[in-house]
Amino acid sequence: MNKYPLWKYLLILAIVVVGIVYALPNIYGEYPAVQISPTRTTKVDQGLLAVAENQLKQANISYVGAVLDDKGARIRFTDTETQLRARDLVQKALGEQYIVALNLLPATPGWLAALRAKPMYLGLDLRGGVHFLMQVDMAAVLKKAEESYVDDMRRVMREKKVQYLTVNRFDRGGVDIRFRDAGERDKGRDILRKELPDVELVDADRSGDFAISANMKQTAVFEKSRFALEQNMNSLRNRVNELGVAEPIIQQQGQDRIVVQLPGVQDTAKAKEILGRTATLEIMMVDEEHDLSGALAGQVPAGSKLYKMRDGRPILLKNRLIYSGDNIVDAAPGFESQTGSAIVSITLDARGAAINQRVTGENVGKRMAVVYIEIKSEPRIDEQGKPVLDANGRAMRVSKRVEEVITAPVIRSQLGKRFQIEGLDSVQEANELSLLLRAGAFAAPVEIIEERTVGPSLGADNIAKGFHSTWVGFAAIAVFMSVYYVIFGLISVAALAVNVLLLVALLSMLQATLTLPGMAGIALTVGMAIDANVLINERIREELRNGNTPQASIYAGYERAFGTILDSNVTNLIAGLALFMFGTGPIKGFAVVLCLGILTSMFSAVMVSRSMVNLMYGARRKLEKIPIGNTAWKETSSATG
Amino acid sequence: MEFFKIRKDIPFMRHALAFNVISGITFLLAVFFLITKGLNFGVDFTGGTVMEVNYRQAADVPQIRGSLAKLGYHDVAVQNFGTSRDVLIRLPLRKETSSAKLSEAVMESLRQADPAVELRRTEFVGPQVGRELVENGALALLFVSIGIVFYLWFRFEWKFGVATIIANLHDVVIILGFFAFFQWEFSLTVLAAVLAIFGYSVNESVVVFDRVRENFRKLRKHTVPQIIDNAITRTISRTIITHGSTQMAVLAMLFIGGETLHYFALALTIGILFGIYSSALVASPIVMWLGVAREDLMPVKKETLEDGRP
Repeated sequence: MNKYPLWKYLLILAIVVVGIVYALPNIYGEYPAVQISPTRTTKVDQGLLAVAENQLKQANISYVGAVLDDKGARIRFTDTETQLRARDLVQKALGEQYIVALNLLPATPGWLAALRAKPMYLGLDLRGGVHFLMQVDMAAVLKKAEESYVDDMRRVMREKKVQYLTVNRFDRGGVDIRFRDAGERDKGRDILRKELPDVELVDADRSGDFAISANMKQTAVFEKSRFALEQNMNSLRNRVNELGVAEPIIQQQGQDRIVVQLPGVQDTAKAKEILGRTATLEIMMVDEEHDLSGALAGQVPAGSKLYKMRDGRPILLKNRLIYSGDNIVDAAPGFESQTGSAIVSITLDARGAAINQRVTGENVGKRMAVVYIEIKSEPRIDEQGKPVLDANGRAMRVSKRVEEVITAPVIRSQLGKRFQIEGLDSVQEANELSLLLRAGAFAAPVEIIEERTVGPSLGADNIAKGFHSTWVGFAAIAVFMSVYYVIFGLISVAALAVNVLLLVALLSMLQATLTLPGMAGIALTVGMAIDANVLINERIREELRNGNTPQASIYAGYERAFGTILDSNVTNLIAGLALFMFGTGPIKGFAVVLCLGILTSMFSAVMVSRSMVNLMYGARRKLEKIPIGNTAWKETSSATG
Repeated sequence: MEFFKIRKDIPFMRHALAFNVISGITFLLAVFFLITKGLNFGVDFTGGTVMEVNYRQAADVPQIRGSLAKLGYHDVAVQNFGTSRDVLIRLPLRKETSSAKLSEAVMESLRQADPAVELRRTEFVGPQVGRELVENGALALLFVSIGIVFYLWFRFEWKFGVATIIANLHDVVIILGFFAFFQWEFSLTVLAAVLAIFGYSVNESVVVFDRVRENFRKLRKHTVPQIIDNAITRTISRTIITHGSTQMAVLAMLFIGGETLHYFALALTIGILFGIYSSALVASPIVMWLGVAREDLMPVKKETLEDGRP
């Protein structure tokens, strides 16, 4: 009666083996490594990696290995000191077109890596780093959008000869349009409805006044917010690259928030300065009267300046600002309706449109350039190429203005408020260009509303403490169980070990973020999972005391305890799910571990321990006694009567 | 080895009133301290900045206070954290200064006094985030309560669900009472511990109620108090052993898990101790007084035989 069919043993064995394989990477630890990633204009390939490797060889810096994959190249080292030296060297050799970041690579052997087995993903509180939660000021975004609609409404009504009195934006949101009489109002409403489909128009006549109240449609509000968030995330991504972070996380949270996690970054001040920066755009005319080669030779004509295109080609621009990125309301990628080629459509505000109309009218056939300007900060380097340190021994930084011409199209005809840039090579190029053009447009104010920084030493401490407490707790329980329940206690301990193994394996497979509360969750799971085995063992003892045979007692013990185990785990799971749903950050990590731990403990406490008991005792026909501790005394409880 | 050789049922229910009076008094005390002293909410909930700094030698706390006072921060809490070399600084929210500049300014002034100071951790929580965390915590508590009542209703009967929730909410309030009385910091991790213990000690009541249900089926001639006494007596050995085991794991965290896990483990410890008591000796009398009867569980019996025991 205490036998499992063969397939059940094999299944359990298979699960345990898979558990071992996927938990294994965690004991190999991590190597310090230097990661070379491309920026948007460059590519990391075998040749580049060879350059980096050559540099290291020349400087006598030994490395363990180098790999190339779709994310870039990674070179591994034996210690962090070499890693730091190598980073500086490689960055200097490759220049700024590449991001050279410090990283930790799992020291997982090849055969495990081939199975996609990875160590657990450590949260910032364990590995050290910076966490920011940023709030995008959507009210400002919508205000800007409404202001642009006000311009549009005036223009449309002027063009269509509608006699309006005023168009004003309310501070609380919404636009108020007034007319002299009902006829003009109706005319205005119908035209605006046709021209501005994103706006909802409602007649709002007050005593003697003919007015329309206009509000952005919900879909338009949603769209604008999404755009603003996307834009902000994109510029954050570009800037994080500059910080040289190996695995940054930039994610949307809710409708208007962005989470930025920078593992390994310690200098929060610098991180905040870089993340908080906004890029600007300047629109200028290309200087076509003067010779480019002359300028390159050093003879830059007065009133002009030499710039570089994004691909590195030089270009000569007239040094006069036409309008700036602030005047760009929107830039969206799209397709040209006739040829189907990729384009970017640009919308300007009223001021930009007026200037654009005048300047493009005068310069048809000439080229206009969009310059992307950003202030970057970088370490100050002395003549020997070493970073300059300040009195506190920290690297000094200097600000550098980076200017880049992102596009320089030919003006085909007089342009106004809306126009498009054609002749782009691909949809991807259109996407990139529109994002760059929007850099100034949706520069919605961003505020840091939560910040958590953990130093690397604290992270390492946290790992050690979390690990120790789990281990000590486990050992204490193991000793107690094997003394109290003898062989059945040892079986329970083995089941508990399988539980921890499977939990670690699951966490590694899912790559769920392991935080310090998550480690506490592992320790707590160890303490709670033993409950199921205690229930079973107590039940077996009780059955034995009631005079049942050992085999019958084992059977009844497992079968009867199962209902209770199920109930108690379900209630735990309810608490775990609530924590997962309502928790954030580290608490979510705790909840994940708790929930997974409950699932693995159900399996290991019931199935794994039962299979061991079955293997050891199930086949014996004459089982007189089982080693589960003293059951010789008899209770005279009413239950036996 | 065997700790408990209880040969006769312990007449718990005879003393039910006494147990409930004890619980009632503890509960009222907890509520009293919660009202008069209130919880010492951590930065997660109140918003503000927390910085943990580390010195090479024992830190000079008055000097740190002095440095901060020079920056204009007088309402600052500076205290040792774990060791004498680690210091925790708590700064309240201020409208005019951004978080970014604040922690930098503080570090700058601390460096002037002692260049070897190292920033171990900073946490800044804006006011809106704190408010949301409080809301989410309350929602989570509500979700767990309702979920558990419904589950126990479905598995047993509504009386069991109600009794369990009362017993466990009483535990939660008592844990909070301890935190209020000692003014221990109530952080997000502590809230997580409270919710976890909620789910955990319900489990205790479930074990007893499972036995109660079984006894209703088996012990046809017994009165309801006898049935409950028997159920508690026969599960008490398991109760103490499993809680003892969990407590061992929690104690390991309490003593070697470091400062961050200290209060987490403390909340769990109080929860486990009161959980044992309340689930057996608070929940059961409530079920009894709610008038549980054999008939209540009869229709459920068949169902559990089918789905609970494969």
